[in-house]
Amino acid sequence: MKQDENGKELKVSAIENGTVIDHIPCESVFQVIKILSLNDIGDQVLFGTNLESRKMGKKGIIKVSNKFFEPDDVNKIALVAPTATLITIRNFKVAEKKKVEIPDYVEKIAKCFNPNCITNHEKVTTRFTVIDKVELKLRCHYCEKITARDTIWFF
Amino acid sequence: MKNKSLVSINDYTREEQLKILDLAAGFEKQPTQSILEGFVIATLFFEPSTRTRLSFESAASRLGAKVIGFSDASSSSVQKGESLRDTIRTVSNYSDIIVMRHPKEGSARFASEVASVPVINAGDGANQHPTQTMLDMYSIRKTQGTLDDLNIAFVGDLKYGRTVHSLVMALCNYNTTFHLVSPEALKLPSSVKIHIKDNKHKYFQYTELAEVIHKVDILYMTRIQKERFSDPMDYEKVKNSCILKNQMLTDAKPNLKIMHPLPRVNEINVDVDDNPKAYYFQQALNGVYVRQALLASILGVK
Ligand SMILES: [Zn+2]
Repeated sequence: MKQDENGKELKVSAIENGTVIDHIPCESVFQVIKILSLNDIGDQVLFGTNLESRKMGKKGIIKVSNKFFEPDDVNKIALVAPTATLITIRNFKVAEKKKVEIPDYVEKIAKCFNPNCITNHEKVTTRFTVIDKVELKLRCHYCEKITARDTIWFF
Repeated sequence: MKNKSLVSINDYTREEQLKILDLAAGFEKQPTQSILEGFVIATLFFEPSTRTRLSFESAASRLGAKVIGFSDASSSSVQKGESLRDTIRTVSNYSDIIVMRHPKEGSARFASEVASVPVINAGDGANQHPTQTMLDMYSIRKTQGTLDDLNIAFVGDLKYGRTVHSLVMALCNYNTTFHLVSPEALKLPSSVKIHIKDNKHKYFQYTELAEVIHKVDILYMTRIQKERFSDPMDYEKVKNSCILKNQMLTDAKPNLKIMHPLPRVNEINVDVDDNPKAYYFQQALNGVYVRQALLASILGVK
Protein backbone atom coordinates (compact mmCIF):
# COMPACT_ATOMS: atom_id res chain seq x y z
CA MET A 1 0.00 0.00 0.00
CA LYS A 2 1.17 3.46 -0.85
CA GLN A 3 0.89 6.24 1.67
CA ASP A 4 -0.37 9.74 1.00
CA GLU A 5 1.31 12.90 2.33
CA ASN A 6 -0.34 12.54 5.72
CA GLY A 7 0.89 9.01 5.98
CA LYS A 8 -2.57 7.61 5.46
CA GLU A 9 -2.98 4.45 3.47
CA LEU A 10 -4.43 4.98 0.03
CA LYS A 11 -7.01 2.29 -0.51
CA VAL A 12 -7.47 3.33 -4.12
CA SER A 13 -4.26 3.52 -6.07
CA ALA A 14 -2.65 6.78 -7.08
CA ILE A 15 -3.01 8.58 -10.40
CA GLU A 16 -0.36 10.47 -12.32
CA ASN A 17 -2.43 13.43 -13.54
CA GLY A 18 -6.04 14.19 -12.90
CA THR A 19 -8.49 14.88 -10.12
CA VAL A 20 -9.35 13.09 -6.92
CA ILE A 21 -12.79 13.75 -5.52
CA ASP A 22 -12.44 12.88 -1.84
CA HIS A 23 -14.82 12.90 1.13
CA ILE A 24 -17.90 12.02 -0.90
CA PRO A 25 -20.83 10.83 1.20
CA CYS A 26 -21.03 7.08 0.44
CA GLU A 27 -24.60 7.29 -0.80
CA SER A 28 -23.60 9.93 -3.38
CA VAL A 29 -20.67 8.15 -5.07
CA PHE A 30 -22.68 6.66 -7.90
CA GLN A 31 -24.63 9.89 -8.36
CA VAL A 32 -21.37 11.84 -8.74
CA ILE A 33 -20.21 9.33 -11.37
CA LYS A 34 -23.49 9.80 -13.18
CA ILE A 35 -23.73 13.60 -13.14
CA LEU A 36 -20.14 13.92 -14.38
CA SER A 37 -20.80 11.26 -17.04
CA LEU A 38 -17.72 9.37 -15.87
CA ASN A 39 -19.19 6.19 -17.31
CA ASP A 40 -18.68 7.77 -20.69
CA ILE A 41 -15.04 8.88 -20.78
CA GLY A 42 -12.01 7.16 -22.22
CA ASP A 43 -9.66 7.76 -19.31
CA GLN A 44 -9.09 5.70 -16.20
CA VAL A 45 -11.66 6.11 -13.42
CA LEU A 46 -11.14 4.53 -10.01
CA PHE A 47 -13.61 4.69 -7.21
CA GLY A 48 -14.12 3.38 -3.73
CA THR A 49 -16.94 3.57 -1.25
CA ASN A 50 -17.45 2.73 2.43
CA LEU A 51 -13.81 3.63 3.05
CA GLU A 52 -12.80 4.60 6.55
CA SER A 53 -12.53 8.31 7.20
CA ARG A 54 -11.49 10.09 10.34
CA LYS A 55 -13.67 13.09 9.43
CA MET A 56 -16.77 11.31 8.19
CA GLY A 57 -16.73 7.77 9.57
CA LYS A 58 -17.20 6.35 6.09
CA LYS A 59 -16.58 8.07 2.81
CA GLY A 60 -16.38 7.59 -0.90
CA ILE A 61 -13.60 8.60 -3.26
CA ILE A 62 -13.32 8.93 -7.05
CA LYS A 63 -10.09 9.35 -9.02
CA VAL A 64 -10.23 10.44 -12.63
CA SER A 65 -7.09 10.45 -14.75
CA ASN A 66 -6.35 13.37 -17.06
CA LYS A 67 -9.48 15.25 -16.08
CA PHE A 68 -9.62 18.72 -14.51
CA PHE A 69 -13.17 19.81 -13.81
CA GLU A 70 -14.73 23.03 -15.10
CA PRO A 71 -16.63 25.29 -12.66
CA ASP A 72 -19.99 23.92 -13.85
CA ASP A 73 -18.91 20.39 -12.98
CA VAL A 74 -17.52 21.52 -9.64
CA ASN A 75 -20.89 23.11 -8.84
CA LYS A 76 -22.66 19.88 -9.75
CA ILE A 77 -20.37 17.98 -7.39
CA ALA A 78 -21.08 20.52 -4.63
CA LEU A 79 -24.84 20.06 -5.05
CA VAL A 80 -24.82 16.27 -4.69
CA ALA A 81 -21.73 15.86 -2.48
CA PRO A 82 -21.38 19.06 -0.43
CA THR A 83 -18.66 17.54 1.81
CA ALA A 84 -16.38 16.70 -1.11
CA THR A 85 -12.78 17.85 -1.48
CA LEU A 86 -11.27 18.27 -4.94
CA ILE A 87 -7.59 17.37 -5.21
CA THR A 88 -5.77 18.25 -8.40
CA ILE A 89 -2.90 15.83 -9.08
CA ARG A 90 -0.02 16.66 -11.38
CA ASN A 91 2.91 14.27 -11.68
CA PHE A 92 1.66 12.14 -8.78
CA LYS A 93 1.79 15.24 -6.55
CA VAL A 94 -1.03 17.26 -4.99
CA ALA A 95 -1.07 20.51 -6.97
CA GLU A 96 -4.21 21.94 -5.40
CA LYS A 97 -6.73 20.93 -2.77
CA LYS A 98 -10.03 22.65 -2.15
CA LYS A 99 -13.40 21.97 -0.58
CA VAL A 100 -16.36 22.28 -2.91
CA GLU A 101 -18.86 24.98 -2.03
CA ILE A 102 -22.57 25.11 -2.80
CA PRO A 103 -23.01 28.26 -4.90
CA ASP A 104 -25.67 30.95 -4.20
CA TYR A 105 -26.92 30.73 -7.78
CA VAL A 106 -27.06 27.72 -10.05
CA GLU A 107 -27.14 28.29 -13.78
CA LYS A 108 -27.71 25.87 -16.68
CA ILE A 109 -26.51 22.68 -14.94
CA ALA A 110 -29.72 21.67 -13.15
CA LYS A 111 -33.18 20.88 -14.48
CA CYS A 112 -36.33 22.32 -12.92
CA PHE A 113 -38.40 19.46 -11.52
CA ASN A 114 -41.69 21.16 -12.45
CA PRO A 115 -42.91 19.50 -15.67
CA ASN A 116 -45.03 22.56 -16.45
CA CYS A 117 -42.09 24.97 -16.17
CA ILE A 118 -41.27 26.90 -19.35
CA THR A 119 -37.64 25.74 -19.07
CA ASN A 120 -38.83 22.20 -19.81
CA HIS A 121 -40.64 23.31 -22.98
CA GLU A 122 -38.50 26.01 -24.61
CA LYS A 123 -34.77 26.44 -25.02
CA VAL A 124 -34.25 28.46 -21.87
CA THR A 125 -31.12 28.39 -19.73
CA THR A 126 -32.24 27.31 -16.25
CA ARG A 127 -31.47 29.62 -13.33
CA PHE A 128 -31.99 28.93 -9.64
CA THR A 129 -31.41 30.72 -6.36
CA VAL A 130 -30.15 28.40 -3.65
CA ILE A 131 -32.48 29.16 -0.75
CA ASP A 132 -31.31 26.39 1.60
CA LYS A 133 -27.79 24.97 1.43
CA VAL A 134 -28.26 22.42 4.21
CA GLU A 135 -31.46 20.79 2.97
CA LEU A 136 -30.56 21.81 -0.58
CA LYS A 137 -33.47 23.76 -1.96
CA LEU A 138 -33.28 25.63 -5.26
CA ARG A 139 -35.92 28.17 -6.30
CA CYS A 140 -36.46 28.31 -10.06
CA HIS A 141 -35.99 31.83 -11.42
CA TYR A 142 -38.82 31.16 -13.92
CA CYS A 143 -41.62 29.10 -12.34
CA GLU A 144 -40.59 29.97 -8.74
CA LYS A 145 -41.10 26.34 -7.67
CA ILE A 146 -38.59 24.68 -5.38
CA THR A 147 -36.43 21.84 -6.63
CA ALA A 148 -34.97 19.85 -3.72
CA ARG A 149 -32.28 17.21 -3.24
CA ASP A 150 -34.64 14.35 -4.02
CA THR A 151 -36.00 15.96 -7.19
CA ILE A 152 -32.83 17.42 -8.67
CA TRP A 153 -31.69 16.36 -12.15
CA PHE A 154 -28.72 17.54 -14.14
CA PHE A 155 -28.23 18.21 -17.81
CA MET B 1 -42.17 52.33 -12.81
CA LYS B 2 -41.68 53.25 -16.43
CA ASN B 3 -40.78 50.17 -18.50
CA LYS B 4 -40.75 47.92 -15.44
CA SER B 5 -42.31 44.55 -16.22
CA LEU B 6 -44.72 43.05 -13.70
CA VAL B 7 -44.25 39.28 -13.68
CA SER B 8 -44.37 38.37 -10.00
CA ILE B 9 -45.98 40.46 -7.30
CA ASN B 10 -42.60 40.74 -5.56
CA ASP B 11 -41.14 42.55 -8.58
CA TYR B 12 -42.72 45.69 -7.15
CA THR B 13 -41.69 47.01 -3.76
CA ARG B 14 -44.25 47.88 -1.15
CA GLU B 15 -43.90 51.55 -2.11
CA GLU B 16 -44.39 50.79 -5.81
CA GLN B 17 -47.45 48.67 -5.04
CA LEU B 18 -48.95 51.46 -2.96
CA LYS B 19 -48.27 53.96 -5.72
CA ILE B 20 -50.27 51.76 -8.14
CA LEU B 21 -53.13 51.54 -5.63
CA ASP B 22 -53.17 55.35 -5.29
CA LEU B 23 -53.22 55.77 -9.07
CA ALA B 24 -56.03 53.21 -9.31
CA ALA B 25 -58.09 55.27 -6.85
CA GLY B 26 -57.74 58.20 -9.27
CA PHE B 27 -59.00 56.07 -12.16
CA GLU B 28 -61.95 54.94 -10.07
CA LYS B 29 -62.95 58.59 -9.71
CA GLN B 30 -62.35 59.30 -13.38
CA PRO B 31 -62.17 56.11 -15.45
CA THR B 32 -62.17 57.68 -18.90
CA GLN B 33 -59.03 59.68 -19.72
CA SER B 34 -57.32 59.95 -23.11
CA ILE B 35 -53.82 59.58 -21.74
CA LEU B 36 -52.76 56.51 -23.74
CA GLU B 37 -53.72 57.74 -27.21
CA GLY B 38 -51.16 56.57 -29.73
CA PHE B 39 -50.04 53.61 -27.61
CA VAL B 40 -50.47 50.03 -28.80
CA ILE B 41 -51.10 47.35 -26.19
CA ALA B 42 -50.70 43.68 -27.17
CA THR B 43 -52.82 41.17 -25.29
CA LEU B 44 -51.43 37.68 -25.96
CA PHE B 45 -53.67 35.03 -24.46
CA PHE B 46 -52.06 31.65 -25.15
CA GLU B 47 -54.93 30.17 -23.17
CA PRO B 48 -58.37 31.71 -22.99
CA SER B 49 -59.40 33.84 -20.02
CA THR B 50 -62.23 36.06 -21.15
CA ARG B 51 -62.63 37.76 -17.79
CA THR B 52 -59.02 38.89 -17.45
CA ARG B 53 -58.64 39.79 -21.13
CA LEU B 54 -61.78 41.95 -21.16
CA SER B 55 -60.70 43.69 -17.97
CA PHE B 56 -57.35 44.62 -19.59
CA GLU B 57 -58.96 45.62 -22.87
CA SER B 58 -61.53 47.73 -21.08
CA ALA B 59 -58.75 49.42 -19.09
CA ALA B 60 -56.78 50.10 -22.28
CA SER B 61 -59.79 51.35 -24.24
CA ARG B 62 -60.92 53.77 -21.53
CA LEU B 63 -57.47 55.36 -21.71
CA GLY B 64 -57.56 55.67 -25.50
CA ALA B 65 -54.99 52.96 -26.36
CA LYS B 66 -55.27 50.55 -29.29
CA VAL B 67 -55.35 46.85 -28.48
CA ILE B 68 -53.94 44.09 -30.70
CA GLY B 69 -53.45 40.41 -29.95
CA PHE B 70 -55.17 37.05 -29.79
CA SER B 71 -57.53 35.42 -27.34
CA ASP B 72 -56.38 31.83 -27.58
CA ALA B 73 -53.38 30.03 -29.01
CA SER B 74 -55.30 28.10 -31.67
CA SER B 75 -55.83 31.30 -33.65
CA SER B 76 -52.17 32.25 -33.64
CA SER B 77 -48.83 31.25 -35.07
CA VAL B 78 -48.20 29.33 -31.87
CA GLN B 79 -50.28 26.55 -33.30
CA LYS B 80 -47.85 26.37 -36.19
CA GLY B 81 -45.13 25.58 -33.68
CA GLU B 82 -43.55 28.99 -33.27
CA SER B 83 -41.51 29.30 -30.09
CA LEU B 84 -42.58 31.67 -27.36
CA ARG B 85 -39.27 33.47 -27.82
CA ASP B 86 -40.02 34.22 -31.49
CA THR B 87 -43.63 35.23 -30.86
CA ILE B 88 -42.59 37.67 -28.13
CA ARG B 89 -39.75 39.17 -30.20
CA THR B 90 -42.10 39.70 -33.13
CA VAL B 91 -44.88 41.25 -31.07
CA SER B 92 -42.33 43.51 -29.36
CA ASN B 93 -41.92 45.23 -32.75
CA TYR B 94 -45.61 45.96 -33.01
CA SER B 95 -46.50 47.15 -29.53
CA ASP B 96 -45.48 49.33 -26.59
CA ILE B 97 -46.37 46.81 -23.90
CA ILE B 98 -47.30 43.13 -23.83
CA VAL B 99 -49.98 41.66 -21.59
CA MET B 100 -49.72 37.88 -21.67
CA ARG B 101 -51.35 34.81 -20.27
CA HIS B 102 -49.74 31.45 -20.86
CA PRO B 103 -50.32 27.92 -19.50
CA LYS B 104 -46.65 27.29 -18.66
CA GLU B 105 -45.18 28.48 -15.36
CA GLY B 106 -42.30 30.89 -15.80
CA SER B 107 -43.36 31.84 -19.33
CA ALA B 108 -43.97 35.47 -18.38
CA ARG B 109 -40.55 35.85 -16.73
CA PHE B 110 -38.94 34.37 -19.84
CA ALA B 111 -40.99 36.68 -22.09
CA SER B 112 -39.93 39.71 -20.05
CA GLU B 113 -36.30 38.73 -20.70
CA VAL B 114 -36.63 38.39 -24.47
CA ALA B 115 -39.10 41.25 -25.10
CA SER B 116 -37.83 44.73 -25.93
CA VAL B 117 -40.99 46.19 -24.35
CA PRO B 118 -42.32 45.69 -20.80
CA VAL B 119 -44.46 42.64 -20.04
CA ILE B 120 -47.42 42.36 -17.68
CA ASN B 121 -48.11 38.81 -16.55
CA ALA B 122 -51.83 38.05 -16.76
CA GLY B 123 -51.32 34.54 -15.40
CA ASP B 124 -48.56 31.97 -16.03
CA GLY B 125 -49.89 28.49 -15.35
CA ALA B 126 -50.28 27.86 -11.66
CA ASN B 127 -47.58 30.37 -10.78
CA GLN B 128 -48.44 34.08 -10.63
CA HIS B 129 -51.28 36.43 -11.50
CA PRO B 130 -50.02 39.72 -10.08
CA THR B 131 -52.74 42.00 -11.47
CA GLN B 132 -55.31 39.88 -9.63
CA THR B 133 -53.19 40.32 -6.52
CA MET B 134 -53.06 44.09 -6.98
CA LEU B 135 -56.82 44.31 -7.40
CA ASP B 136 -57.27 42.17 -4.29
CA MET B 137 -54.99 44.53 -2.36
CA TYR B 138 -56.90 47.49 -3.73
CA SER B 139 -60.18 45.94 -2.59
CA ILE B 140 -58.83 45.19 0.88
CA ARG B 141 -57.45 48.69 1.33
CA LYS B 142 -60.60 50.29 0.00
CA THR B 143 -62.91 48.38 2.33
CA GLN B 144 -60.69 48.42 5.44
CA GLY B 145 -58.95 51.77 4.97
CA THR B 146 -55.54 50.12 5.41
CA LEU B 147 -53.48 47.06 4.52
CA ASP B 148 -51.76 46.90 7.89
CA ASP B 149 -52.71 44.93 11.02
CA LEU B 150 -55.56 43.00 9.43
CA ASN B 151 -56.83 39.50 10.16
CA ILE B 152 -57.31 37.81 6.82
CA ALA B 153 -58.78 34.35 6.25
CA PHE B 154 -58.06 32.35 3.12
CA VAL B 155 -60.60 29.61 2.54
CA GLY B 156 -60.76 26.63 0.16
CA ASP B 157 -58.05 25.29 -2.11
CA LEU B 158 -54.94 26.83 -0.64
CA LYS B 159 -52.66 24.26 -2.26
CA TYR B 160 -53.26 24.96 -5.94
CA GLY B 161 -54.88 28.40 -5.80
CA ARG B 162 -52.31 30.77 -7.30
CA THR B 163 -54.39 33.86 -6.42
CA VAL B 164 -54.03 32.80 -2.80
CA HIS B 165 -50.27 32.23 -3.12
CA SER B 166 -49.61 35.64 -4.67
CA LEU B 167 -51.87 37.51 -2.25
CA VAL B 168 -50.33 35.79 0.77
CA MET B 169 -46.87 36.78 -0.49
CA ALA B 170 -47.98 40.37 -1.09
CA LEU B 171 -49.60 40.68 2.35
CA CYS B 172 -46.34 39.57 3.96
CA ASN B 173 -45.20 43.18 3.34
CA TYR B 174 -47.92 44.32 5.74
CA ASN B 175 -48.52 43.27 9.30
CA THR B 176 -51.07 40.59 8.48
CA THR B 177 -52.35 37.76 10.68
CA PHE B 178 -53.20 34.82 8.42
CA HIS B 179 -56.06 32.39 9.04
CA LEU B 180 -55.79 29.46 6.67
CA VAL B 181 -58.90 27.31 6.22
CA SER B 182 -58.71 24.27 3.96
CA PRO B 183 -59.21 20.52 3.81
CA GLU B 184 -56.15 18.64 5.06
CA ALA B 185 -55.21 17.67 1.50
CA LEU B 186 -55.29 21.25 0.20
CA LYS B 187 -53.21 23.11 2.78
CA LEU B 188 -51.00 26.05 1.86
CA PRO B 189 -47.73 24.65 0.44
CA SER B 190 -44.52 25.16 2.38
CA SER B 191 -43.02 27.14 -0.50
CA VAL B 192 -45.60 29.85 0.25
CA LYS B 193 -45.73 29.41 4.01
CA ILE B 194 -42.00 30.10 4.12
CA HIS B 195 -42.75 33.75 3.25
CA ILE B 196 -45.09 34.07 6.25
CA LYS B 197 -42.47 32.50 8.51
CA ASP B 198 -39.59 34.57 7.11
CA ASN B 199 -41.54 37.73 7.87
CA LYS B 200 -42.48 36.45 11.34
CA HIS B 201 -46.21 36.92 10.84
CA LYS B 202 -48.77 34.96 12.84
CA TYR B 203 -50.73 32.24 11.10
CA PHE B 204 -53.35 29.73 12.16
CA GLN B 205 -54.67 26.70 10.29
CA TYR B 206 -58.23 25.35 10.37
CA THR B 207 -60.34 22.78 8.58
CA GLU B 208 -63.74 24.33 9.39
CA LEU B 209 -64.78 27.70 8.00
CA ALA B 210 -67.22 28.32 10.89
CA GLU B 211 -64.30 28.54 13.37
CA VAL B 212 -62.80 31.60 11.75
CA ILE B 213 -65.61 33.91 10.63
CA HIS B 214 -65.92 36.00 13.81
CA LYS B 215 -62.14 36.57 13.98
CA VAL B 216 -61.39 38.21 10.67
CA ASP B 217 -61.66 41.43 8.66
CA ILE B 218 -61.49 39.77 5.25
CA LEU B 219 -62.81 36.37 4.21
CA TYR B 220 -61.08 35.42 0.97
CA MET B 221 -63.01 32.50 -0.51
CA THR B 222 -61.77 30.21 -3.31
CA ARG B 223 -63.33 27.25 -5.00
CA ILE B 224 -62.40 23.65 -4.39
CA GLN B 225 -62.24 21.63 -7.57
CA LYS B 226 -63.41 18.05 -7.45
CA GLU B 227 -60.55 17.04 -9.79
CA ARG B 228 -58.04 17.83 -7.06
CA PHE B 229 -59.12 14.76 -5.13
CA SER B 230 -57.96 11.33 -6.23
CA ASP B 231 -60.83 9.75 -4.33
CA PRO B 232 -64.22 11.42 -5.01
CA MET B 233 -65.35 10.27 -1.55
CA ASP B 234 -62.75 12.58 0.02
CA TYR B 235 -64.25 15.49 -1.89
CA GLU B 236 -67.75 14.68 -0.66
CA LYS B 237 -66.43 14.58 2.92
CA VAL B 238 -64.80 18.00 2.86
CA LYS B 239 -66.80 20.04 0.38
CA ASN B 240 -69.24 21.35 2.99
CA SER B 241 -66.57 22.45 5.46
CA CYS B 242 -65.56 25.38 3.24
CA ILE B 243 -68.98 26.62 2.05
CA LEU B 244 -70.23 30.00 3.24
CA LYS B 245 -73.93 30.52 3.98
CA ASN B 246 -75.57 33.78 5.02
CA GLN B 247 -76.66 32.48 8.43
CA MET B 248 -72.99 31.88 9.34
CA LEU B 249 -72.32 35.63 9.22
CA THR B 250 -74.40 36.69 12.24
CA ASP B 251 -71.40 36.96 14.60
CA ALA B 252 -69.06 38.48 12.01
CA LYS B 253 -67.21 41.73 12.66
CA PRO B 254 -69.09 44.78 11.28
CA ASN B 255 -66.21 45.61 8.94
CA LEU B 256 -65.93 42.08 7.49
CA LYS B 257 -65.90 41.86 3.71
CA ILE B 258 -66.17 38.67 1.67
CA MET B 259 -63.94 38.42 -1.38
CA HIS B 260 -63.63 35.82 -4.15
CA PRO B 261 -61.54 35.88 -7.35
CA LEU B 262 -64.54 34.51 -9.32
CA PRO B 263 -65.96 32.52 -10.98
CA ARG B 264 -67.53 30.81 -8.00
CA VAL B 265 -69.24 27.47 -8.08
CA ASN B 266 -71.06 26.70 -4.82
CA GLU B 267 -68.60 27.80 -2.13
CA ILE B 268 -70.56 31.00 -1.51
CA ASN B 269 -74.28 30.41 -1.21
CA VAL B 270 -76.34 32.83 -3.35
CA ASP B 271 -78.12 34.02 -0.20
CA VAL B 272 -74.87 35.79 0.75
CA ASP B 273 -74.97 38.00 -2.38
CA ASP B 274 -77.41 40.50 -0.87
CA ASN B 275 -75.52 40.78 2.40
CA PRO B 276 -73.66 44.13 2.50
CA LYS B 277 -70.56 42.13 3.51
CA ALA B 278 -70.44 40.52 0.05
CA TYR B 279 -67.81 42.34 -1.95
CA TYR B 280 -66.86 39.95 -4.79
CA PHE B 281 -68.64 41.75 -7.61
CA GLN B 282 -67.17 45.17 -6.76
CA GLN B 283 -63.82 43.43 -6.36
CA ALA B 284 -63.89 42.36 -10.02
CA LEU B 285 -64.71 45.91 -11.14
CA ASN B 286 -61.71 47.22 -9.20
CA GLY B 287 -59.57 45.16 -11.58
CA VAL B 288 -60.15 47.65 -14.38
CA TYR B 289 -58.87 50.60 -12.29
CA VAL B 290 -55.81 48.71 -11.14
CA ARG B 291 -54.99 47.65 -14.72
CA GLN B 292 -55.44 51.25 -15.88
CA ALA B 293 -52.98 52.30 -13.20
CA LEU B 294 -50.46 49.64 -14.25
CA LEU B 295 -50.68 50.44 -17.97
CA ALA B 296 -50.36 54.19 -17.37
CA SER B 297 -47.50 53.77 -14.93
CA ILE B 298 -45.47 51.26 -16.95
CA LEU B 299 -45.96 53.27 -20.16
CA GLY B 300 -44.63 56.27 -18.27
CA VAL B 301 -47.58 58.66 -18.51
CA LYS B 302 -48.43 58.60 -14.78
ZN1 LIG C 1 -39.04 26.06 -13.11
